[in-house]
Amino acid sequence: MTLVKELLSGSKRALARVISQVENDAPAAHEALAALFPHTGHAHLVGVTGAPGTGKSTLVNCLTMAFRERGDSVGIVAIDPTSPYSGGAILGDRIRMRDLSGDSGVFIRSMASRGSLGGIARKTADVVKVMDAAGFDIVVIETVGAGQSEIEIARLAQTVLVVEAPGLGDDIQAFKAGILEIADILVVNKADDPRAGNTERALKGMLELADGRHVEQMIWHHGMLIAAAMPAGSSTDESWQVPIHLTNAISGDGVTALVNEIYNHRAYLNESGELSRRTYARVAAELDLQLREHLMRRLLKGVDIERLQSLIVEVASRRTAPHQAVETLLDHCE
Amino acid sequence: MTDRKIRVLIAKPGLDGHDRGAKVVARALRDAGMEVIYTGLRQTPEMIAEAALQEDVDCIGLSILSGAHMALVPRILEVLEEYEMTGIPVVLGGIIPDEDVAALKELGVTEVFGPGAITVDIVQVIQKAVAARE
Ligand SMILES: Nc1nc2c(ncn2[C@@H]2O[C@H](COP(=O)(O)OP(=O)(O)O)[C@@H](O)[C@H]2O)c(=O)[nH]1
Ligand SMILES: [Mg+2]
Repeated sequence: MTLVKELLSGSKRALARVISQVENDAPAAHEALAALFPHTGHAHLVGVTGAPGTGKSTLVNCLTMAFRERGDSVGIVAIDPTSPYSGGAILGDRIRMRDLSGDSGVFIRSMASRGSLGGIARKTADVVKVMDAAGFDIVVIETVGAGQSEIEIARLAQTVLVVEAPGLGDDIQAFKAGILEIADILVVNKADDPRAGNTERALKGMLELADGRHVEQMIWHHGMLIAAAMPAGSSTDESWQVPIHLTNAISGDGVTALVNEIYNHRAYLNESGELSRRTYARVAAELDLQLREHLMRRLLKGVDIERLQSLIVEVASRRTAPHQAVETLLDHCE
Repeated sequence: MTDRKIRVLIAKPGLDGHDRGAKVVARALRDAGMEVIYTGLRQTPEMIAEAALQEDVDCIGLSILSGAHMALVPRILEVLEEYEMTGIPVVLGGIIPDEDVAALKELGVTEVFGPGAITVDIVQVIQKAVAARE
């Protein structure tokens, strides 16, 4: 428990250690998370997602400098993919965040996506909670724009920036389904590229076609284990018009306006009641997922492994159909 | 249930603008299942120590081709101590004369790899050094 105390009194070393415990699912992690949970809820969580190479890390560098100018401290969780072949990873986001070094109000942590398929590591939500408890005013989460990460980042962050850039393949193709539903703010980075105007126009056209945003419904997943009621007053989130911002993350052009917009969005979430609706949906989804994991683990303990092995042989030699094998296993579960 | 991975910081201190070797090593470590935090060129000792602390790495790999190793490494070890990172394994790659290798090991560097080093050896040295600390 001393590590948690040290973390709460500002030790960066303790913060780094607790993050590792959480990431590794170490035995001490559960206790630490429980002790830290009452200290969470202060940070504003900003998600930055988009395809690789759009300039997310470079933009996070600029954004963080601007947050610091306003006096806000910043924790950054930067996620890069784990190699499916070796389980290892090269985490290179820090290369673009040089300007932040030496500032004690900034803490950068690189994370590999490890087991998860999406652009977010399974443990990201817990790591973000640890940073929140450490007292950062803003926590920025940079994800790999791939797989299920759109929904995952919507579940985790309060303000989601979707970053696009010109010249990364066919513009419309690049805007995958789902992106407009989760974006609170759209960013066209690399505004110095002459094609940026086309990207912006394409995005505008898509925004006009979109039928409103349903962020809570996105967070709240279908097929929840236990039917809880959706929060009262939940509706299409129409009062926030998704803005498009052009930025040049290398020169910093457009970044001040973008940072202003992030603060606007935070104020909007608070004033409209949208924040508490999203929080409700997020907590429901989180509990549902954890319940699922624990139930699954508990149930799997009852599966007779020897029987399973002999059934695999039977199915492989086509003596038993897969669904029959599963039924046999279920019949013999404790 | 723990999902432990060896985390290594690969950094290039000093002013030489060459990071091909560092990248080869980074990829080899990744292929051996490690998580490599790659920080790029021209890292100051303070940047290296800060990154090692924030990333809670198990090992630091330095690539120095400029010949300035006898100035840079002692300074980096000193700053690591200031950051309470004493005892973390540090391995060094570069063109380092034998007498300097002895002196650097004396200072606490775990191993020094010359241009002919094979990556399998680097992987093994890191795995051993990390295991020895646990
Ligand atoms: N021209 C231009 N290049 C940029 C801009 N922002 C980032 N880049 C470059 O785009 C590349 C990818 O940037 P990075 O931040 O690593 O992208 P990420 O993969 O989305 O995190 C780097 O070479 C950056 O220097 C920008 O606004 N304009
Ligand atoms: Mg990046």
